[in-house]
Amino acid sequence: MKFLCVECDKVMDFAERQVPGDGTLAAVFTCGSCDREVAMLTNPMETQLISSLGVKIGGREVPAQPMELARTSLEDGRDDAFVLSEDIPLASDDPGTRGEGASAGEATAIRIVWTSEATGRLERVPSFVRGMVKRIYTDWAREKGVSEITPESMDRARTELGLEGM
Amino acid sequence: MRKIRTYQDVTHDTDSGLLEQVVDQQHRLADRLALVRSVVAVASGKGGVGKSAITANLAAALAGRGLAVGAVDADLNGPSLGRMLGVSGARLADRASGVEPAQGPSGVRVMSMELLQQEKDAPLRWREPEMGRFIWQSTLETGVLREFLGDVEWGELDVLLVDVPPGTDKIARLLELVPDLDQMLMVTTPSETSRFVVSKSVRMAREADVGTVALVANMVGHTCPECGHVSELFTGDGAKRLEEESGVPVWAEIPFDPRFGAATDSGTPLVITDPDAPSCRAILALADRVEGQVGIRARDTVETAGS
Repeated sequence: MKFLCVECDKVMDFAERQVPGDGTLAAVFTCGSCDREVAMLTNPMETQLISSLGVKIGGREVPAQPMELARTSLEDGRDDAFVLSEDIPLASDDPGTRGEGASAGEATAIRIVWTSEATGRLERVPSFVRGMVKRIYTDWAREKGVSEITPESMDRARTELGLEGM
Repeated sequence: MRKIRTYQDVTHDTDSGLLEQVVDQQHRLADRLALVRSVVAVASGKGGVGKSAITANLAAALAGRGLAVGAVDADLNGPSLGRMLGVSGARLADRASGVEPAQGPSGVRVMSMELLQQEKDAPLRWREPEMGRFIWQSTLETGVLREFLGDVEWGELDVLLVDVPPGTDKIARLLELVPDLDQMLMVTTPSETSRFVVSKSVRMAREADVGTVALVANMVGHTCPECGHVSELFTGDGAKRLEEESGVPVWAEIPFDPRFGAATDSGTPLVITDPDAPSCRAILALADRVEGQVGIRARDTVETAGS
């Protein structure tokens, strides 16, 4: 998929993606020469075609989570299929135990703290995808240097990452 | 009419990142399978020939020898391997690097759609617009199978068995994901119909240059538990004919034994509880053949590269 600015004969670059939550998607592309913008709007069927591949237009803000496609696409997912990360021992290669720039073998004590309000909000997420959602927020917090996750920082992460419904 | 450059004319990408993400998926899968010495598909093309029961017993037999064994239930719409290997209801530990598979009493690591579904009798359904489901259903199923193979923390394995559902398209799907498959066991029965269907799968496997292709003839005769008389379940010698026609060897002939299915249904493969049963002796002989081929393709590749 490429967008060509016909007037400038230049390939337009991806600029922004918006997911309104109704199954549609908007992706904005910009011409680097004349700054003209176009928005590609997809209907639910077209959006599904892309998401069925397990990819996102414009790339990913956070790496793909393990079994993301199964978790987000299955209609009747089992509530207790996955054990939350706090229920199992943290491995040294778990990013949740590491500080910025630490290697897999250099586990440190730096951890992201979740406030009780944020934890309460996380508990409203279906357990089938809760572990994955928690991982996304934790990865975002680490990248932004946020040491405490609150409902406000969750809102910020949702906006920045385009995570509708999470 | 003005001339607009075609897609191929334009070499610069739009930075949509789609291709990079697909390549990342492929790398993730390849990295995970790099820790597996042999990926072994148990396929047929034909339904109802006993693939899953053979996979479960073969996995248990190999694990019983001390091999590190994983088993993927590629039958997303009719999963049964989890039940057969005793992991029904198991929960999966969620880690950043991958999901840990369930582990049954035989020591086999298992991933099955059964572990992800809420209701036991619920058919597989996807969250998708109702219109045109057929368009992306195959894409979704292929994607989830890729995740079963690549997003599960299999660790270092000697053998990863893949129970492939009926249909040559399902074999093609697996070959798309694992193009350098080490072994493919084609399960058939003595029936002519089975020979007819399985011959298509054999051809597909050979054309795909699968490392080793072998036949497993299932339900070959039935031994009466009372008098020992052997009677035939099927007329015909389809497996033998297929061997002669295709040149693909029969590695095992497994006699019908009602206990084989009953034990497997209970979550404990018969090969664990009664390894001396005729059907289990055949499974153990099959395990010898499979184990004998473990790592051979990798060694050949290294030798070819070094020569």
